[in-house]
Parts: sequence; C-alpha cells; structure tokens
Amino acid sequence: MTSIVVQFLNGLAGASTLFLIAVGLSLIFGVTRIVNFAHGSLYMLGIYIAYSAVGAFGAAGALGFWGAILAAAFAVGLFGALVEVLILRRIYQAPELFQLLATFALVLMVKDFVLWAWGPEDLLGPRAPGLDGAVTILGQRFPEYDLFMIAVGPVVLGLLWLLLNRTRWGTLVRAATQDREMVGALGVNQKWLFTGVFALGACLAGLGGALQVPREPAQLFLDLTAIADAFVIVVVGGMGSIPGAFLAALIIGEVKAFCIGLGNVTLLGVEVSFSKLTLVIEFIVMAIVLVVRPWGLLGRPQAAQRAAPTHIEPPLRAAPRGLAAGAAVLALVLAALPLTGAAYTVVLMTDILIFALFAASLHFIMGPAGMVSFGHAAYFGLGAYGAGLLLLRAGAPMEVALAAGPLAAALGAAVFGWFCVRLAGVYFAMLTLAFAQIGWSVVFQWDSFTGGSNGLVGVWPAAWLASKSAFYLFALVLCGAGLAALRRILFSPFGYALRAGRDSPLRCDAIGIDIKRLQWAAFTLVGAFAGIAGALYAFSKGSVSPDVMAIPRSVDALVMVLLGGVQTLAGPAVGAAALTWLQDTIARNTEYWQSLLGATILVIVLAFPQGIVGSLSRLGGRTEAE
Amino acid sequence: MSGAAAVLELAGVHAYYGRAHILADVSLAVARGEVAVLLGRNGAGKSTTLKTIIGLVPAARGEIRFDGRRIDGLAPYRIAAAGLGYVPEDRRIFTDLTVAENLDVGRQPPRAGAPAWTVDRVCALFPNLKEMQHRPGGRTSGGEQQMLTIARTLMGNPSCILLDEPSEGLAPVIVDQMAAAIKELKAEGVAVLLSEQNLHFATEVADRAYIIEKGRIRFSGTIAELAANAEVRNNYLAV
Repeated sequence: MTSIVVQFLNGLAGASTLFLIAVGLSLIFGVTRIVNFAHGSLYMLGIYIAYSAVGAFGAAGALGFWGAILAAAFAVGLFGALVEVLILRRIYQAPELFQLLATFALVLMVKDFVLWAWGPEDLLGPRAPGLDGAVTILGQRFPEYDLFMIAVGPVVLGLLWLLLNRTRWGTLVRAATQDREMVGALGVNQKWLFTGVFALGACLAGLGGALQVPREPAQLFLDLTAIADAFVIVVVGGMGSIPGAFLAALIIGEVKAFCIGLGNVTLLGVEVSFSKLTLVIEFIVMAIVLVVRPWGLLGRPQAAQRAAPTHIEPPLRAAPRGLAAGAAVLALVLAALPLTGAAYTVVLMTDILIFALFAASLHFIMGPAGMVSFGHAAYFGLGAYGAGLLLLRAGAPMEVALAAGPLAAALGAAVFGWFCVRLAGVYFAMLTLAFAQIGWSVVFQWDSFTGGSNGLVGVWPAAWLASKSAFYLFALVLCGAGLAALRRILFSPFGYALRAGRDSPLRCDAIGIDIKRLQWAAFTLVGAFAGIAGALYAFSKGSVSPDVMAIPRSVDALVMVLLGGVQTLAGPAVGAAALTWLQDTIARNTEYWQSLLGATILVIVLAFPQGIVGSLSRLGGRTEAE
Repeated sequence: MSGAAAVLELAGVHAYYGRAHILADVSLAVARGEVAVLLGRNGAGKSTTLKTIIGLVPAARGEIRFDGRRIDGLAPYRIAAAGLGYVPEDRRIFTDLTVAENLDVGRQPPRAGAPAWTVDRVCALFPNLKEMQHRPGGRTSGGEQQMLTIARTLMGNPSCILLDEPSEGLAPVIVDQMAAAIKELKAEGVAVLLSEQNLHFATEVADRAYIIEKGRIRFSGTIAELAANAEVRNNYLAV
C-alpha cells in the first residue's frame, strides 16, 4: 500500500515534466500549425544550459540555483524566438513535409551543438538548495524536490490558463488557433503573435529541462526521448488541447511510474521486466486511446482544413520507351563493377543499393500515397534485427534469416500501420516517429535478447556470399528486383487507387474505395521492402546495432527522397546514391556531419519553400499566366 | 464619383485562384459616407473582390487605393489596421471565444476621421449582443453571429467597411435590423461596400450599385439608375 502511494507520487512528479514539454508543442502547433520536431531538443538545451548556469551562478545559494533554472528557461525561450524569426517565419506557407524537415534539421544541429559545447559525457547537476532532503511518507523516504515537481505542473497549468484567458494576448492566441487568417484580417499582426507563442513554448520546454537538472543527468539522447514522449502525450491528450496535455501527462507519468515500481514480475512463469517496458506500455495506452478517440482524450475531430489553393501533383508518367533498355545497360555496368577490383567502391555501392531500395520503399508511401512517415527506419531495423536474431538465436541458415527479415518488418508495419493510417498529415508523421522511437527503445534496452546498445555481432552471410563482390552482386539482384517491383505496383490498379486517395479522399470514399485499408496495405507492403533492405544491410555489415532503427536513419531516408524529388520515380535511387556518397565522404572528415546534413536540409527548405519541383512549376505557371 | 473624394478605389484589378482568372479589370470606387453595393449572381466574383481588397487574395494586376494610399500587396493586417474593416460572408466567428472576447480580438486604437466604437456602442447598434457577452461564439444563432461579426469588425474603428452578403440566410426581421445598422453606419460617416444578391435589400440601403458578372464589372451607376434599367437587371441579376 505504501509503495503504491509513493509510486503514485513519483508518477505525478514525472507528469509535471512531461506536461511542460508537451504543452509547448501543443500550443505552438495550435497557432502556427507547425509540429516542432525540435521541441525535444529545446528541452535538452534546457538541461545543459541549466547545468552550466548552476555551475556559473553557484549552486550553494538558493538565489544562484533558482536564478540559473529561470535563466536557462529564458535563454531557451530566446533561442526559440530566434528560430521562429530566422527560419520558421519563411516557411509557414510551405508544404507540411518541408516544415517538418526544417525543424528536424534543427534537431540535428542542436545535437551537434550540444556535443560540441558540452561533450559526450553525462552531466549530473547538483541538488536544489533547500530541497535536497527527503520527507518520510508512510514510512518511505520521498525526495523533497519531487514534491516540489509535483506542484510545478498544476501551477504552470494555472498560470497558462490565466495568460490565455485573462489577457488580450491570450485571447488573440486562442482566436488565432481557430482562424489565424481572420485574426489578421482584423488588423492583428500575426508575426509577433507567432514569435511570442513559439518563444513561450520553447521557454516551457527549456524550463522542463532545466528543472530536471537535480533529477537526471544531461544526456545527448534526451532530445529524441523527450520528443517521442511529447508526441505520445499530445496524441493521447488531443492536439492543441492544454488540459488534454495535462491529463495525458498524468496518465503517461503514472503508467510509467508504476511500471518502474513493479520492476521484475513473474507472470505465468515468465519473468517480465516492467521497468524496461515503460515505452511499450506508453504505446499500449496510446493505442487504446487512438482506437476509442482517434483525436485524443480532450481533442476534437480534425476539422476540414480551410480550402487553400493546394499544389496539385502532376500524374506520374509511364516509363519512356528507352527506360527498360537504359535500366538493362545500367544493371550490366553495375554488375561489371567488381571486375574493376576497387574493393572499397564495391562496399560503398552495396550500401548505395541497399539505401536505394530503402528510400524507394519510403517514396512509395510518401509520394504517390501522400503519407509522410518520419519513422521508416523502424521497418529497416526490424528487417535487420529479424534476420540477425533468427540467425544468432535460432541458428537458422542465412537464406531463411534473410527471408524472415522482411516478414518481421511487414508484421511490425502491419501493427504500427493499423494505428498510423487512422491519422493524416502531421499527425501521421508524429505517430510514425513515436512508433520508431519505441522500437528503438525496445532493442536498445532489451540487453538479453537484442544485445542492447551493443547490438548483434557475427551476422555473417553464408559461405557462397562471403566475398564482398558476391554479396554486392546478390544485393544488386535483390534491390534491382525490389525497385522494379515497387515501380510495377505503382502502375497497377492498386497504385492508381493510392494516388486517387492522396488527391481526393472524399471522391474515393464516394466511389467505394476504402482508402484506409489501401493505405494500411501499402504501409505493410513497403515495410516488407524496407525489411529486405534492412536484412541485406545486416549481412553486409556482419552486425546490427540499434542505430539501424534510430531516428536519424529515418531522416536519412526522407532526405534521400527529398533530394531526388518526391514526385519522380528514379528520385529515391539518385537521392540515396548522392546522400550515401556524401555521408561517406563527409563523415570521414568531421565529427559533426549531422549538423552539416541539417544545414543542407535547411538550405534546401529555405531556398525552395514550395519544394524544388513546386518552385519550378510555379515559375512555369507564372509565365503562362502573363 | 461626381466630385466626392473616393475613400476606396479599385482600378483595373485582376485576381486569380491558381490559374483560374477570377477578377478581370475590376474598377470601382466608394466615397466617404456612401453605401455602394456590388451585385451579382453566385460565383460572379463578389466575395473575391472584397477578399482582394482586404488582401486575402492577391491582386495580380491593377491598383487598390484606400484614403489615397496604395494598399494592394500589403498584408491583410496592415490593410485592416489602416482602417478598412472586413466582414466575411461565412462570418468566421471564433466559436471557442465568448462574444466579449470576439469583440476584443477586433479592438484597435481609435483613429482620426472615423467613429470610435466601444463595446457599449456596438451593443447599442445590435442590442441582442448585450445579453450574451459571456456566451461562446459558437453557441449563438446565425443572426446573432452576423451581428457579432459586424460588431467585431466595428471594434477596429474602420472608416470604410466591406460587408460580404450581410443578409444571406437570415430571417426577414434580422435582415431589417441589418439594413437599419448599415444606415446608421452611413450616418456615422463610415463608407460601406457590400456585396449582395438580394436586390431588394440593396435598393433599400445603397446609394450606388456595381454589377459584376464573370469577374467583370458590367454596370455602374446610382441605385436610381439601376432601378430605371430593367435590361441590366434582367441580364445580370434575374435568376
């Protein structure tokens, strides 16, 4: 009984932090319609800055400590304002994908900045002066600081309520959440409203981070952990609902606390480690909520977006006559590559082939089906782990393991996809990212089965594929066949229906096409193709590490598709070749290639806010109109 | 314009939705204290004309002047803050905000040369609003929403107001209230440009009429001239 009370209090303390992160994300989305993927990075910045500020201001005095916490929150808010003015302001009219990518570029850059400024070690801050003891609750000791944290959530909720309901600024923010165009037509300069909201959201995330300083060490992976948590909370609570974010934070905080509290429990003779299942439990909570209320506990059904003159995708063109011949020539040239004896090139080309298939599988749902997944690496990783685990843990031969990879990936895609296709646009992107992060956490934490952070080693192909050249040719055949199959499917009735679903969901409904089912099928299908790529990757490297399903891998795939052009079929392959080659070249020369990648994304997004293809066609359209 | 200075003037304005040419060479003018009506059938370009003036639809060519100053190309908030009020056809009430909060969103500092509105004054114009200050905007009737959307725009103290089909879908008794309100605005010296399909309503409140069809102005003249011209009415307005 006592332990239940203490776990409950632990949950409340955790919920406050979760609320601080999620509420800013929700606020920012409500007004600007931008899902700030960098919100977890702002949280992480909050911890690191507070760590340094506490050191600088002196941790012994209460003034120094609390001053440092507030200064860190303020600094992160200021950084948020800068980001809004310098970057986001230019892309409010851009397609969603570009907005998501721009904030994602920030994730990469902030991470490298933190690595550069604070180094890779975990940094644990001092305890809070005056709150460094513990109180005894029902015979158990409970940290005073956690009691303080329990109060923070409701206090911030109350202050936010006052700000939004008792000030004109708040009234304008709520009005803009509903119809920002009308607010502008009434003479309100939305620019500063947006900047203010973004700064407030950033400040809250920074505060959430700063307040963690005495509780947990500052670590480099906190950004993605925090953003996945925030996405789950926002989806559970309802996008744009502040009380929803609070309620969801309470539920998730409590569920997590009880899982950690339960520890290892033997269920039906099987030892289950609940403390390691926190993310899976989170997923189950989210799944239940999504089934019962797809728009979240306190959210509202997604309103039909106000009609905007949207960009109409040009139809995909059937293959030009020379394509088959060209492809055959290319295949021959590629097949002849090992004859040159360039061993390193063969290895690099194997990577490129694998990523071409991976990128093409993402492109299939992203371009023609209009579903922008931010967690496609989950299926690449499931393929890699599926194959590796079968080989190492069940002793299956390579051929069987290789076939099992895509099956595992398809199974995972079917389960995750069933939930994801219920949402669209940014919600879909958030959910796919959250699932990928959950998958990553499972393989990262499950030491006894997946090898944890060390991953699996000794995943070598059978003897007949042992040479790099043989494996390269094998990958060429498999990836070539995969690319051809994806292309063939796009020009089948199934492919037509998917494109119809992207362009006009209502009309599809009216003519009896079940879009959700089609999208689910497509999601599962491309999961399998990503799984083939993942399994090949595992055998080409001889090992599988959790990195194969980490978020940066998903972003790589997005960038590949983007570089090549979302609405071209050869694009993903070209993009994969370009990015893989670039990474190979840059990564060998700098520690900070992620931020270079981020900067590249930002340049693309800012230079072509309508997309590269969109910018070109806009130029064309203007000359026609003249 | 027979000598009176135009508050609002459009000269050769073109506008597009994507590639569709919606407004072609639209020219019109509204004088201080004058009520002008833009008449036309559904889809003729009435709403687009008003949206182009307020800046929600970009003017591809032509000039729009307000108080003698070019406003085409400005952001909507700048145009509104210059004293041009816009009341959309679909009302666009903030349904989550109370009536009082809706009015607060529209509030702007008083400006020289335009009547200064307060909550009390707009409630005197639309007495229904007085009783429901704390009711959410979404829980008001269609007529009340129409009053609220006009009152909200008035809170910005405009010297000229664009009214998009204020009589649409309203009960006759409310339509009468709208007509009375427009006459009162005119008496206050506010210039009004309204779009209408209801010729009877237009005749009652307007001084000047423009008829638009397929994005082009087909007739301009006083309301008396329109009343005398059965051919124009039959060609462009009869359903």
